[in-house]
Amino acid sequence: MSIRERLSGNEASAVAMRQINPDVVAAFPITPSTEIPQYFSTFVSNGSVDTEFVAVESEHSAMSACIGAEAAGGRAMTATSSNGLALMWEMIYIASSLRLPIVMPLVNRAISGPLNIHNDHSDAMGIRDSGWIMLFSETNQEAYDNLIMAHRIAEHKDVMLPLAVCQDGFITSHSIENIELIEDDKVKEFVGTYQPEHYLLNKKEPIAVGPMDLQAYLFEHKYQQAEAMRNAKKVILEVAKDFEKLTGRKYGLFEEYKTEDAEMIVVCMNSTAGTTKVVVDELREKGIKAGLLKIRVFRPFPVEEVAKALSHAKAIAILDKADSLNGAGGALFQDVTSAMYVNNIHVPAINYVYGIGGRDTTTKHIESVFDDLAEIVKTNTVTNPYRYLGLKKGGNQ
Amino acid sequence: MAYNVKEIVANKPSRFTEGHRMCAGCGAPPVTRMILRALKEEDHAVIANATGCMEVSSFIYPYTSWEDSYIHTAFECASATCAGAEAAYKAMKRQGKLPEDEHTKFIAFGGDGGTYDIGIQSLSGAMERGHDMTYVCYDNGAYMNTGIQRSSATPRFADTTTSPAGKVIPGKMQSRKDLTMIMASHHLPYVAQTIGVNNFKDLYEKAEKAIYTEGPTFLNVLSPCPRGWGYPTDMLTQINKLAIDTCYWPLYEVVEGKYKITYKPAKKLPIEEFLKPQKRFAHLFKPGNEWMIEEFQKEVDKRWQELLDLEEMSNKEA
Repeated sequence: MSIRERLSGNEASAVAMRQINPDVVAAFPITPSTEIPQYFSTFVSNGSVDTEFVAVESEHSAMSACIGAEAAGGRAMTATSSNGLALMWEMIYIASSLRLPIVMPLVNRAISGPLNIHNDHSDAMGIRDSGWIMLFSETNQEAYDNLIMAHRIAEHKDVMLPLAVCQDGFITSHSIENIELIEDDKVKEFVGTYQPEHYLLNKKEPIAVGPMDLQAYLFEHKYQQAEAMRNAKKVILEVAKDFEKLTGRKYGLFEEYKTEDAEMIVVCMNSTAGTTKVVVDELREKGIKAGLLKIRVFRPFPVEEVAKALSHAKAIAILDKADSLNGAGGALFQDVTSAMYVNNIHVPAINYVYGIGGRDTTTKHIESVFDDLAEIVKTNTVTNPYRYLGLKKGGNQ
Repeated sequence: MAYNVKEIVANKPSRFTEGHRMCAGCGAPPVTRMILRALKEEDHAVIANATGCMEVSSFIYPYTSWEDSYIHTAFECASATCAGAEAAYKAMKRQGKLPEDEHTKFIAFGGDGGTYDIGIQSLSGAMERGHDMTYVCYDNGAYMNTGIQRSSATPRFADTTTSPAGKVIPGKMQSRKDLTMIMASHHLPYVAQTIGVNNFKDLYEKAEKAIYTEGPTFLNVLSPCPRGWGYPTDMLTQINKLAIDTCYWPLYEVVEGKYKITYKPAKKLPIEEFLKPQKRFAHLFKPGNEWMIEEFQKEVDKRWQELLDLEEMSNKEA
């Protein structure tokens, strides 16, 4: 029997880490993910894990230590947010290029500057091209479940890539929700032990990691990374199947909420999906064919699947909780519209940059998005595809 | 084992092999080789290397000069990378995931750029946390890998590509940071300053103590660079000798807070002897620049005296 609990998103992540029982956790505090290493160091102090906790002096060292630990042959984890991830950025690329399946809860927060501690996805977007698998989580339950599945995906021999589990800072990280935990022994069995093929601590086969890699080889090594990322899609689905057998909870590359016959679909990630579901339900009661597509697997991006799932809609809105500041729209918008274009699907699409720096996004905002979509369906024209949601009038304050 | 050069070279195979692409006359490869010889033959090592000359010349895919396990990640984080591997070792050993009778030692190597400057935070953090590892700085007194830019280890007045000796500013105007003292202030169980060729006994003995003292230990090894310093490649031995006989680079160790100078020249030579063969100091010998040599000498004398005082003070009976 699973265990019914009430936990915050951070606590749920820390509990998952306790159950995973990694060899090394190296972390540095940063709001709003600080609680994760706090809870975890309590587990270490009380002897409920076998982990070596390394209280590093920066996030750069956190990721460097994780790389050293994982290359040594251990399982390594850290947790961070915002500027912490930015400070790690150099090492983020090195972790993926060394094909080290490090797992990291990433509690999303606006990246400086100016300084802001609240949620948006600008931190996560900074690593979207870094070769990390990125899973997004609507609820505390999903943040927990994604972490339990993470090592099976990251460590698969066809993948061997690091993985970040995203959730919204404060909105889920600090909100207490009902949650179903899996028993410790079942998690242990599900996650399994890590058996790396080559590792530093294998005296019988010393290895060298992290070479100078010049014109003759780097291109092929990068190709192999790209191939691993493509392989990850299949592995993510296989692991989800096993997870469903264990828990009854079903996960895919994305969640389709009332999309089968939907004329208008909103695409978003993390907690905003919850707000959107409420609005979809309300609109459905009025006979309006509204739906939601919630991206779970952002990297690798499920190109064909997303395009197919949106192909029957009459208008779609893609919500980006980070502005790409490129004069052309957010990252998710570009991924979704590009996916549709290359699959020969044309549906009118608009982009909203929303919720920046923790600006609250309510059902009213989402309703206004569906109102705009209804207008597009009616007129079949998109006047301005690059819009803002919840911005004060004129954007001047 | 006690130092006997013949025995060590004959009986302990080199763990840093030929084929690397370091320059002729560079101080770093013999230093590295001798430090690794201080490992017990039966022990395995994990070596973390900061980006720098040593890394880009010794591990160019698919070739490596390292017989032990080796990891390079980035410039500023050899300490944290090494610390992570050491933490994994502890955890895995504790859980019986590694053979009980095997021992792994952890050694990080970095140049002065990766140690004094960009990597000092990572180094300080790893040392303070008490990882069982040895950090070795091979100090060649500038960022040599990128083409001889000044570092905080560059001596005052040296001509580098970012502190060029010009018409108005005669080279680097700031004094050298004393990293060995900074590390001693971390209250580590073992800190030492040493040198390679011509003083292998000193290097070997200190390396052995550093590697086999439990906890975080630090070695600062002067490692001359023929390109950056401007000496003929066959002069490495003499340059090393002059560095210690002028007391420019004192050899000493700090064991549990007690200072011990391991070499006191019978006759302390004037600093000119060390400066003269090096092109980076050529402008010091131009007429009108005598004051620079005087200032240099004063700085060397002051630091040498401080060290003598520390030795005396720290060994006083309580």
